[in-house]
Formats: sequence, C-alpha cells, structure tokens
Amino acid sequence: MKTIEELKAIRENMSDTLAMRNNAEGSIRVVVGMATCGISAGARPVLQTLAQEINKRHLKNVKLVQTGCIGICRLEPIVEVYIGNEKTTYVKMTPEKALRVVNDHLVNRQVVTEFTIGAAE
Amino acid sequence: MKELSLHILDIVQNSLRAGASLVQIMVTIDTRQDFLRLKIEDNGCGMTEDFLQQVTDPFTTTRTTRKVGLGIPLLKEAAERTGGHFIIQSQVGVGTMVEANFVYRHIDCMPLGDMASTMMILIQGSPEVDFIYEYSFNERSFLLKTAELREILQHVPLDEPQVLKWIHDFVQENEGLVREGNVNENN
Ligand SMILES: Nc1ncnc2c1ncn2[C@@H]1O[C@H](COP(=O)(O)OP(=O)(O)O)[C@@H](O)[C@H]1O
Ligand SMILES: [Mg+2]
Repeated sequence: MKTIEELKAIRENMSDTLAMRNNAEGSIRVVVGMATCGISAGARPVLQTLAQEINKRHLKNVKLVQTGCIGICRLEPIVEVYIGNEKTTYVKMTPEKALRVVNDHLVNRQVVTEFTIGAAE
Repeated sequence: MKELSLHILDIVQNSLRAGASLVQIMVTIDTRQDFLRLKIEDNGCGMTEDFLQQVTDPFTTTRTTRKVGLGIPLLKEAAERTGGHFIIQSQVGVGTMVEANFVYRHIDCMPLGDMASTMMILIQGSPEVDFIYEYSFNERSFLLKTAELREILQHVPLDEPQVLKWIHDFVQENEGLVREGNVNENN
C-alpha cells in the first residue's frame, strides 16, 4: 500500500543537489506527440516506456517532453529525438520500438533507421 | 480511443494548452443510477460563446495543422452513443468545464481504463500545474491533489521518476480500494 510516509522517504533520501541534477535540462531532447491522434494511436504507453527506461538506465542528460500535434496523424505515435542540431523522427512507435530507441540511439548513439520517417515513406 | 482515461488525457491537453494552472478531473461512477460521469474543469483562457458553439463540430480547431477526429467531438460522440449526454461551458478569462455522461452498463460504454497512467503522464508533462483528481464509486471516493504532494516533497520535484511511480501506484491502489468499498481512511 502506497503511503504518504513513502513519499516522505523519497524526499529524505534525495538531497537538494540530486533533485536538481535529476531535473536538469538534458543535452538530448525526446519529444512525444500527445495530441488526439497520437493518444488514440498509442502514445501513452510509448511515453511511459520511454520514461521508465530513461530512468532505469540513469540517463540524466535526457529531457523527455510532451508536445501537441506533430502533424502526420497516420504515422502516430511519433517520437522526435534531438541531439545537438540533429533531429530524428520516429514513426508508428510502440513500447517495444521505444526500448530499441533508448538502447540504440540514446545510449549508443546509433539511429534506428528502420523506425524513422524516412524508412516509412 | 479504447479507454475513457485516454479521452481524459486528451481533453486535459486542451486545458494545458489554454494555460491552465489548475485542472480538476472528476470521475463519478454510480452503479445504482447506472451512470459514469467525467468532468474536467480548468482555469485556462476559456472560449468565446461563438467559438464554443462550433467546438463540438469536428471541423473546428485553432491549431494550424489539420486532422479529423478532434478531441471534443470524439468524446461527445462516445457519450451520446451510450444514451448519455455532453456539456461544455466556458468563459473567457475564467476557464472551461467539460462534462461527459455515459450510461454505465451500456454495451458501448468504454472502460475507464488506466487512470493511474493518465495522471502520471499529465504530471510528468506539467509538474508545475495543480491537478486534482477525484474518483468516486457509489458513495466512496478518493482524492489526489498535486499541490499537497508538492508541499510534502519540498525540494523534490513532482516529475522525479520515483515520485511519478508513487503517484501511479497510489492512484491504482486507491481506485481499487474505493471500488471494493474499503477506503484507506488515513489518506
Ligand atoms: N479547455 C479549453 N480551454 C480553452 N480552449 C479550449 C479548451 N478545450 C478546447 N478548446 C478550444 O477548442 C478547440 C478544439 O478542441 P479539440 O476538439 O480538443 O481539438 P484540438 O485540440 O485538436 O484542436 C481547441 O483547438 C481550442 O481552441
Ligand atoms: Mg484537443
């Protein structure tokens, strides 16, 4: 059973600096489209998987953000990855594909070409 | 949409885009009177009366990118398909209220689904916003208020992953308890 005591324990175990570091602006931005088309195509579990995996792998330099409509409904859920001035657009995402993107792209810096918009069109 | 919790996630995105600092989400299930009601209230920018008239029409949007199946018409249709009804009220500079009433046992009434994930994702995306989530099942209910959590957490932000996980599990467990008629009175 989740209790308020547990929440207090999280607070006590996390120093100010750690909390600040965890919340720092990352050098990698991962953007998930969360408009109607994205949500109905399955963006929620994709976002959830990304959040869990980024946390599990302690990727402190990654900022995960939600946005509105990216504009290509039939290719939703869409996830964009920004590293430096390089942008990669992943389409028709699933939780399984999201795991691959975290591992290959965010950790190993290898674009998963087969999931990109270029491969889909 | 396959779940009402996905509609809620979508409707609340409107509130956030409207600059709301407070969003109240109410889910009320009454098995005796056979209804399920979703109510989402925000203090965002609101809409003019003229615009509000058009909003339930699937060809209205202020966004520039086009698509079919907009959020509000979809939810309205989902409610009406069960024999329920839909209400939207708004005032510029004050906020907006969206209410969707479903006939609970109707074959077309979607399951509420995973509200724990919806709340977790809303808070992840907008940790600065005050969310209030109230879930009632017959005479039992539970309440989540992010402003209260923020006070307890002090320097730890609401979008800290461990906190998000706690929120997710807290919502899931309490919904279960409320449905079983066995609320944890300590919370
Ligand atoms: N809570 C709200 N506050 C202010 N404006 C809103 C709100 N909800 C909806 N709107 C307006 O109504 C429009 C239609 O909403 P919706 O049906 O969800 O479609 P979409 O979000 O895709 O534009 C929005 O673009 C917005 O201009
Ligand atoms: Mg919308």
